[in-house]
This record gives sequence, C-alpha cells and structure tokens, in this order.
Amino acid sequence: MLMNLFKFKGGVKPPTNKTQSVTLPIAVAPLPSRLVVPLHQSIGGTPRPVVQAGDKVLKGQLIGEADGWISAAVHAPTSGTVLEVAMHVQPHPSGLDALCVVIEPDGKDEWIAREPLDYASLKPEEVRERLQQSGVVGLGGAVFPTHGKLTPAKTVPMDELVINGAECEPFITCDDLLMRERAEEVVRGIGIFRDLLQPKKVLIGIEDNKPEAAAAMRAAVDALKEPFLVVSVPTLYPAGGAKQLIRVLTGKEVPASKRSTDLGVQCFNVATAYTAWRAIAHGEPVVSRLVTITGNVHEPRNYEVLIGTPMDELLKLATPHPDTDGIIMGGPMMGFLVPQASVPVVKATNCLIAHADRLFPPKAPEMPCIRCGSCAEACPHELQPFEMYWFSRAKNFGKTQEYHIFDCIECGCCSFVCPSRIPLVQYFRFAKSEIWAREREKKASDGAKARFEFKQMREEREKAEKAEKLAKAAAAQAAKKAAEAAAAAAEGNAAEAEAAAPETPAVAVDAQKDAKKATIEAAMARAKAQREAVQPKNIEALKAAQQQEIDQIEARRQAAHLSEAAEPAAAAPASEKTE
Amino acid sequence: MFAPAPYFLKDVSVSQVMIQVCIALIPGIAAYAWLIGPAILVQLVIASLAALLAESAMLKIRGKPQALFLSDGSAIVTAWLIALTFPPLAPWWLVALGTVFAIVVAKHLYGGLGQNPFNPAMIAFAVCIVAFPALMSQWPSVGLQMSLLDQMNIILGLAPRVDALAGATPLDALKTALKLSDSNVDIAQLLANQDIFGNFAGRGWEWVAGGYLLGGLWMWQRKLITWHVPVAFIGALVVISGALWLYNPAQFANPLFHLFSGGAMIGAFFIATDPVSGCTTPRGKLIFGAGAGLLAYIIRVFGGYPDGVAFAVLLMNLCAPLIDLLTQPPIFGMKNKA
Repeated sequence: MLMNLFKFKGGVKPPTNKTQSVTLPIAVAPLPSRLVVPLHQSIGGTPRPVVQAGDKVLKGQLIGEADGWISAAVHAPTSGTVLEVAMHVQPHPSGLDALCVVIEPDGKDEWIAREPLDYASLKPEEVRERLQQSGVVGLGGAVFPTHGKLTPAKTVPMDELVINGAECEPFITCDDLLMRERAEEVVRGIGIFRDLLQPKKVLIGIEDNKPEAAAAMRAAVDALKEPFLVVSVPTLYPAGGAKQLIRVLTGKEVPASKRSTDLGVQCFNVATAYTAWRAIAHGEPVVSRLVTITGNVHEPRNYEVLIGTPMDELLKLATPHPDTDGIIMGGPMMGFLVPQASVPVVKATNCLIAHADRLFPPKAPEMPCIRCGSCAEACPHELQPFEMYWFSRAKNFGKTQEYHIFDCIECGCCSFVCPSRIPLVQYFRFAKSEIWAREREKKASDGAKARFEFKQMREEREKAEKAEKLAKAAAAQAAKKAAEAAAAAAEGNAAEAEAAAPETPAVAVDAQKDAKKATIEAAMARAKAQREAVQPKNIEALKAAQQQEIDQIEARRQAAHLSEAAEPAAAAPASEKTE
Repeated sequence: MFAPAPYFLKDVSVSQVMIQVCIALIPGIAAYAWLIGPAILVQLVIASLAALLAESAMLKIRGKPQALFLSDGSAIVTAWLIALTFPPLAPWWLVALGTVFAIVVAKHLYGGLGQNPFNPAMIAFAVCIVAFPALMSQWPSVGLQMSLLDQMNIILGLAPRVDALAGATPLDALKTALKLSDSNVDIAQLLANQDIFGNFAGRGWEWVAGGYLLGGLWMWQRKLITWHVPVAFIGALVVISGALWLYNPAQFANPLFHLFSGGAMIGAFFIATDPVSGCTTPRGKLIFGAGAGLLAYIIRVFGGYPDGVAFAVLLMNLCAPLIDLLTQPPIFGMKNKA
C-alpha cells in the first residue's frame, strides 16, 4: 500500500554491513557455564532480589521483584542453583559494578509452570501487570518498561501506533531475522499493544534494506487479517530512532520536552511486541533475546541468547579472528566497548561486534573545529553541534542548554561526518553529566542549607522553651516558698509546731539533694554510654593502608585465638569485592 | 581501548576539504595564467612558500604538531587566495609580506586554524592596500605581452617596474573614466572604445571570473559549500547594480559587468563562503552573503578603492557572530513555537 512518507532533516549513510549476519538462520546459543543476571536491566527502580545463594531456581522463576511502577521484574534464565547475589561489572561504559544474581545452570533448562493467558479475557490493567511481572521492556535499546507505555493519554486521542522494525544501525540484524522467522508472533504482540492503546492506525516501519523482513511481516499481517500497514522507509541512519521513525511515518515531531503520547503517537520495537506476546500467550517471561554476533568473526550470525550469558563465551560461538581486541555492545554508531569481555548479555544487548583495528581503524588525531557546518547538516534533531561543542569545551554549560543540548539523542551523526574528527557526542555527554552533577550538587547544598536553618530554628526554639520553663519553675518555686512561708507563719501560732518547724525544711533539703544526686548520676551514666557508643568513630574513615594494618593485626589475633576467631574469619570474604 | 562511538567515520578530513578548495580554484587559475600571464603561477609559489614557512614558525612557537597542521592545507588556501587577489606583477616581497601577515597575525595570533574571526587573505589584502596603495593598484592593462622570464624578473625586482604595467583594473578604469569625463559620456561608449574591456567585463578577466564560477559550482555540487552565500552575494550585487543601471544606464555599469569584474566571483564562492569567519546558520549565510555583495558594490562604485570585496567581507566578518546568534534555526519538534 502506498502512503505519504515524511522526511527528517540530516542523517547519514554509513556502510550497513548487515549482509554478513543474515545468511544463516537464528541459532539457539548453548547453555553457558554460569549466568550473571543483573537486577537492574530496565529504566526505573532496581528490582529487589528474592533469591539467596544456594536456592534452586527454575527457568522463568522470579529472581528480582519490580520496585515501583516504572520497573520490571527479572527472572532466572535457566534452571540451576543460585551461587551468589553479588556485585559484578556491568556492560556499561562506566565499568561500574551492580547487584547480580549468579546462577549455575543444572543443564535441564526446566521451566516453571507456565501459565498461558487468553488476553482477550483480561482487563487492560491485568495485561499491563502481567507484562511488568514478565519483565517485558523495550528491546530496541532503551529498555523502558513496556507496561508503562501502554496507558493511553486521557486528553489526547491515540492516532498512530508506530512499530519500529527499522533497525538503522550498521551491523545489527536481530530485528531483521526476528521479523523474517517469527513475524506471526510479532504481529500478534502488536495486536496486544493495539488493543490496549486503541490507536486509529498501526504503522510498522522497516528500512527498505530489509525486503525479506517486510515481506514476512506483510504476509503475517495478511494471514492474521490485521489492518496494520507495513511501510518500507528509506534507509537513512538514524531512521530507527523512535522520534525519527515517528516523523517519517506520521509527520509529527516529538520534542525532548514532550512525550510522544502528548502528540497521539506511541512507539514500540518489534522485538518488544514479540516478547509481550510470549509473556501473555505462553506465560514466558523475558529470559532470552536475539543477539547479532558479528564484526571480526569467522561466522557472523544471530543467536537466541539467555540473559546473563557472559559475552566472551557467546562470542566464541562465532569464532572471532585472532586479532580481535574488544567487544562492542550495540552498533558502531551508538554502541560502546564493554569494560571487560566477561560482562553479561542484558536485555539491552542487541548486538556484539568483535572489534579489531582492521575493521574499525583507529581515529586520526583530532583537529580544531573549522565551523564547516557538516555536523549541523547531519544532525537529525537540527541542532548546531559545533556551537554546543564550543561551549562544552569552554565549560559554559548554560550556553550548551541554550543550544538545546538535552535534545541531542547522541546518535553520532555529527561525529561521523566531522572532517576534524572531533568526538562531538563525547563532549555532549560530558556536558550533560556535568549539568546533572551540578544540579545534584545544588539540590544537596540547598538541602543542607535547609537542614542547617531548621536546626538553628529548633535550637532557638528549644532555648526559648527552656528559658520559659525555667522562668515558670522559678515562679512556681517562689510561689511555693511564699505559700510555705505563709503556712509556717500560720503554724507558728501553734506552740507544738515550734519544735517541728525548723525540721521540715531540713528534710525537704535532704530530699532535694538526693534527687539532684540521682539526676547527676543518671546524666553521667548517659554521658558514659554516649561516649562508648561514639568511640568506634576513629576507625570509621580509614585509609586503605590503615585498614590493611588493622586487618593484619586482626589476623594475628585470630591466629592466636583460633576458636574465638572462627566466626569473623568466615564473615570476612563475603564483604570482599570481586576484583 | 575505551574509545567512544562512532567506531567508524566518514572518510573526510580538513586536508581533504582544503585540497578540494584548491582544486576548485584551478579553472580560474588556468584562465588567469593563459589570458593575463603566467606571472600568477610564480606568485602562487611565492605565497605558498611564505605561508608554509610562517605557519611552521608559528606552530613551533605555539608548540603545536608540525606535520598535522602543515598538511591540513589551510595555509595553502589562504596563500592562493592572496596571490589571486593581489596584482599579478606585485613585487615578491609584497605578496610574501601579505601572506606572512595573514598567517601570523590574522590566523595564529587569534588561535590558529578555526579560530580567526577575520578572513586571513582579506586581512592581507586590506593591510597591503592601505600600506602600499600604489603597488597594490598596478594592474597590467590587458594581457601581459612579455615572456615568463620578464614577468618573473619584474616580480623578483630584477628588472625595473615599467610604466606599461601601471595600468588599472577594468573596474578602476571605468570609475576613473567616469570621473574624468564630462557627464555626457556614455558607459556603453566607454566599454566599446577601450581595449581594456572585453565582451561584457574586463578583457581576459571576465574569463578568469568565469573560471571561479565553474570551480564554485563544483564545490557546491561536492557539498563543500551550500548555495546560500554565493546566491545571496550574487543576488544582492545584481539587484543593487541592476537598479542603478536601470535608473541611469549611462553612469552605472550593468550587473553582468559587476559580476565578472574584480573580486566578485572569487569573493562570492571562495572568500565569503569561508566557514570559520563567516556565518553558519542558513539564514545567517543569506544575510552574510547579501551584506557582503551590497557592501562590495557600494565600496567599489562610491568608495575610494578600486574594488570593495575585501572590505565588504571583513565588515561582514565583524557581524557574523551576532547574525549567527540571531538566526538560530528552530530545532526538531520546536518549529511551531515562534
């Protein structure tokens, strides 16, 4: 069917390098020796671990519980034993650790009792909950929890549901193969999204360099008698960016400050639709995904890979060439070199590219910007990258925001075309993180200021209250004394009372003294207790060397009293970080 | 190892850009050498040598890598533009001085490649025409009817500067003739009678300008420049010269004469399009080009200098940052907000 397509400005045409990995059908990757499943695999709250070391788990069993609405559950990718719940390096450029559930597979790959649902009989909120419980997240790379995008806006009618099968990044072919081989289930998944969002139109956008995928999707749409439109869009990076695809298919431009639903559009990746269908109709949570393994390898191919599979083990399946010196996760335009080869595959891992200088020659030295404007012409968001670069370099972050740095989607088009080979995106990431850090700092200092002012106010109030109390007590005392004097004067009239009269105050004074003594003792006891409680403070902020020294002393002490030491010695390794 | 994405880049570089600009100048240079005289080739060599020496010295002083920046080609482009805008038989030291001034002061003292607020070649022209007005006004009348050796000897100061070369550019000649003559002299008559004028502009020079036009169109086709600056420059020049020509054809030359005379073509395609010192936004480029075209006309027709392109471009360089600031295009998704 013909439809009027729109264009987005800018974009680049890097060599696609897709043909290498589409010749072979999808293969199932064998069970790895162990699985390291990070708990935080989606945007939003970090799921809470619900298993412990030693637990037996089944494939698909919940291991991380969604934390809040924008968060998605995490499941055991296969049956086996939980070895530990510990910090491991993440497939993230920062190389930081995060909490992971490490599972040793038992080789049986035994599923939990799967519960297929007829989603037609479910209420919309039940479908959304099921998707959250099944860990369905956007598999296009952003890993936003899918259920959070399936509530139509109350005020704006939903015009178009855009399904993203564009896959514009070079080298990546996992969506292509998914559509070729599993089009029917993709289309059924799109049906779920359609029923929840009730859009007027459903548009499936596929770049025109994937005619097989488009044909398979058309056939599936026809077979299922769905009114979806499969549209071939021109191959132009980044046509697969959600905003660019929405622009091409609907003519609508979603600015950074708005959600697409504000304009009556929503967008999902084809692989997300597929996993949504598996979750609802087969009761299978997301425990695996398709990963393209390509680049400097002997046999590039797409694999169905369990989440948590170490990347180096996976890469071996495609037999990397000996000069491979790194792994890029994602495509060559927006991906990154993983901090170590053993990091696990996560839900966001669509592609692993074996890196070698032969394939990706080292960049020539950076030159000064000559303001040629190539970057501005290539920018799909019509920004002025060279101006943002200028101000990022000068650390004039306010100006970068005036040039809309937060509208930058970091697609890399500007860096790609720059004749001075300036890593522009890198500068923008730097500027963005600096702005975020400053905002956090400002928030923190504002908080500290507020706390300080509150403390001052409280102290003043307490002082005032104390003074008032004292004044009251003094007044009461004076009144009492006056009353006593009056009473004594009255008693003085009685002759028998004369002898007793001097005695009464003495008793009273003794009683007062005892009470005072008791108070002081109590206060001293409190102070002592406080001192004891405070004492450990001097070993809190220790330098590594000092800690080491203490540890050595401890070790010696433990060696001397083996029986006493048994307990702390056993506890020590648990707190150690894996290096 | 943690190099950031993208992992492959388009095969472009600053030197490639500069080399292509030089290639685009070749048709104009060829016409120049053929019709005016091969002296220009000598000047190009002198300017190039002076530029590379000055560049190298400045890089050394500033502690910048020599090979990287000497090979970027930017100094050569500056040198060639200087050679092409100076009189062809100007003494060697004048061309060298202009070039050294351009590289040392206009380029490196402002921070080097990419940092200069003014077009270095035009700074050289402006400085020399102010400092050495006589030498900068000695243009050969028509083609140089002498051998390459004689031309070289004049440039190198080995032969006396003969009166024959103390001519004027066609623009200058026209202006002088109009000033000297009584008011009933007709421009059409002047153009027809004098040997210095060709088919529609200066004899020979009109084809040199044609060569620049050809090279400029090639740069546009190669996407080295956008259409905005040349179209706005030429458009403004045509509009103002056309209006005055229609008003009084006896006193004002037609647009074609202005387009193919002096530095109009090289200015429109090679000088006003310099991205470093010019505007970068589409609307900014239009304003920049139109402003330069307009000022060039006003200076060359009503001002005291034979041509106005250099001063026009420099004046617009001054305004470029402000124009850019005020002409920021709306970004993706923000076009409906005014």
